[in-house]
Amino acid sequence: MNERGATSEARYEPVIGLEIHVQLRTRTKMFCGCELSFGDRPNVHTCPICLAHPGSLPTTNERAVLYALEIALALDCEIAPRSIFARKNYFYPDNPKAYQISQYDTPLATAGRLGEVRIHRVHLEEDAAKLVHVSESGRIHGSGESLVDFNRAGTPLVEIVSEPDLRDPAAAREWLQLLRTTIRQIGASDVNMEEGSLRCDANVSLRPAGSSGLGTKTELKNMNSFRFIERGIAAEIERQRAILDAGQEVVQETLHFDPRGGSLTSLRSKEEAHDYRYFPEPDLVPLAPTEAMLARARESLPELPAERRERYAAELGLAAAQATQLAFDAELGDYFERVVESAPDVDAPVIANWVAGDLVAALRDADQDGDSPASSRVEPPALGKLAAMAQRGEVSSGAARSVLAAMVAEGGDPRAIVEREGLGQIDDSGELEAIVGRAIEAEAEAAERVRGGNPKAIGPLVGFVMRETKGRAEGAEVTRLIRERLGA
Amino acid sequence: MVIDREQVLHVARLARLELSEDELETMAGELSGILEHVDRISALDLDGVEPTAHVVALDNVLRPDEPEASLERERALAPAPDAEDGAFRAPSPQAR
Repeated sequence: MNERGATSEARYEPVIGLEIHVQLRTRTKMFCGCELSFGDRPNVHTCPICLAHPGSLPTTNERAVLYALEIALALDCEIAPRSIFARKNYFYPDNPKAYQISQYDTPLATAGRLGEVRIHRVHLEEDAAKLVHVSESGRIHGSGESLVDFNRAGTPLVEIVSEPDLRDPAAAREWLQLLRTTIRQIGASDVNMEEGSLRCDANVSLRPAGSSGLGTKTELKNMNSFRFIERGIAAEIERQRAILDAGQEVVQETLHFDPRGGSLTSLRSKEEAHDYRYFPEPDLVPLAPTEAMLARARESLPELPAERRERYAAELGLAAAQATQLAFDAELGDYFERVVESAPDVDAPVIANWVAGDLVAALRDADQDGDSPASSRVEPPALGKLAAMAQRGEVSSGAARSVLAAMVAEGGDPRAIVEREGLGQIDDSGELEAIVGRAIEAEAEAAERVRGGNPKAIGPLVGFVMRETKGRAEGAEVTRLIRERLGA
Repeated sequence: MVIDREQVLHVARLARLELSEDELETMAGELSGILEHVDRISALDLDGVEPTAHVVALDNVLRPDEPEASLERERALAPAPDAEDGAFRAPSPQAR
């Protein structure tokens, strides 16, 4: 048993692909002029089109098409010269047309790439209505009824399907974060998982390590946070591994992840789930992006995380890990750039350390974990000023940390804090020498050992000076002075 | 017949339609007729003919992203056989 468990890790390789839906940030719905909303009273944004009244006809939202093109271009896709909307037929109370308008055999875009992962396709479709299963909440008696809210029905969605290029749960989570940052930079969606404007399903299968075929896959739904995505995929890999280890076969099915227990339950039988009887939507003409539309989409693309990482590494000289950290978190990257701008005399990698290292750590120490640098009290120019003061030796590195802690707590100007707290670097060597003298008296034993040729014994002496100076002295200078005095 | 009784039952089930025995027979005949017509078209030499998804020779009928008035909620709910708390009430798919 043990032997089996130990080897199965290596015997199977997980193969993971993601299917992502993002709600676009248009003003109106995909095929009608009803306004998008979040959190309004139910059924106040409806019309004959999104309620599927007979005889009503859809018209495509131009802004939604442009956003979809921007996303497809950002993902390095080939845009289809003509793509066609299709009806995906299914019977469910969230869609009274009994079909969803989507795209099928000719999607908007195909064959793209983001980072290490290839993109299979990108297409446009519409969201369904929201169902509240009232029997669960017990608001009305009797069981098995749903209340339907059509505010969400018809919200423009872009579906992005990756190739199965991911190999472990953590990589899937990281890649999804890169995708989210990319779409957020474009401004095409709020990409908020809690609010449902970013949703992710995962296709998971295992195959013998070293093989290139694909095993039977399952589809995981309802993983509505980045943490759940990682945990859900990990749980499914373990479940499939146990099935294969027992010599049984994985059944192709859709599974629902329950974040509370971490369990996976089967959603519905597949023969029903996949019998959508797609056919071209006769009410909508083909979408043939013109040169003008493509040019407009291309021009409105901002610098994307992958490009930003490249620039940080090549032009600003940041190490790869730090370039990634700052580029893939757009807010953090923007903050970093504002500090860089405000402190032209300080090298960018030094500022990267201040932002991604010292400031993030100081926020964590101050229990302001939820606070990003951008939402903190520390203004970018103030941090730039502190970095410059430290570089010029006006504050010691220890004192600079105290100043930063004060800035995190109350904001404000670093120079004012230095003056108020008396944290300026001691540059009067007479004053420092006097303190060194007192240190040698107070820590006579340690001083004797240093004199006797044990350089490691210097610690208590340096500590004394630092306490006396409240960290205003630079450690290297203190050490030098003590050694000089002791002739060591 | 191209379409048999079982296939009609399957499609009826997907569309949540309840068909009588007589209707099953009629449907099987009519659906088969449609597919036989498609078969006759397929028998033609269609090499080099673009598949026609749409009969109208138009592309890109788009509308600007400008809000239009939505229905008053009371009006939207008025035709519903069953409404509750400002929402449409429907049999829960779970309880089917």
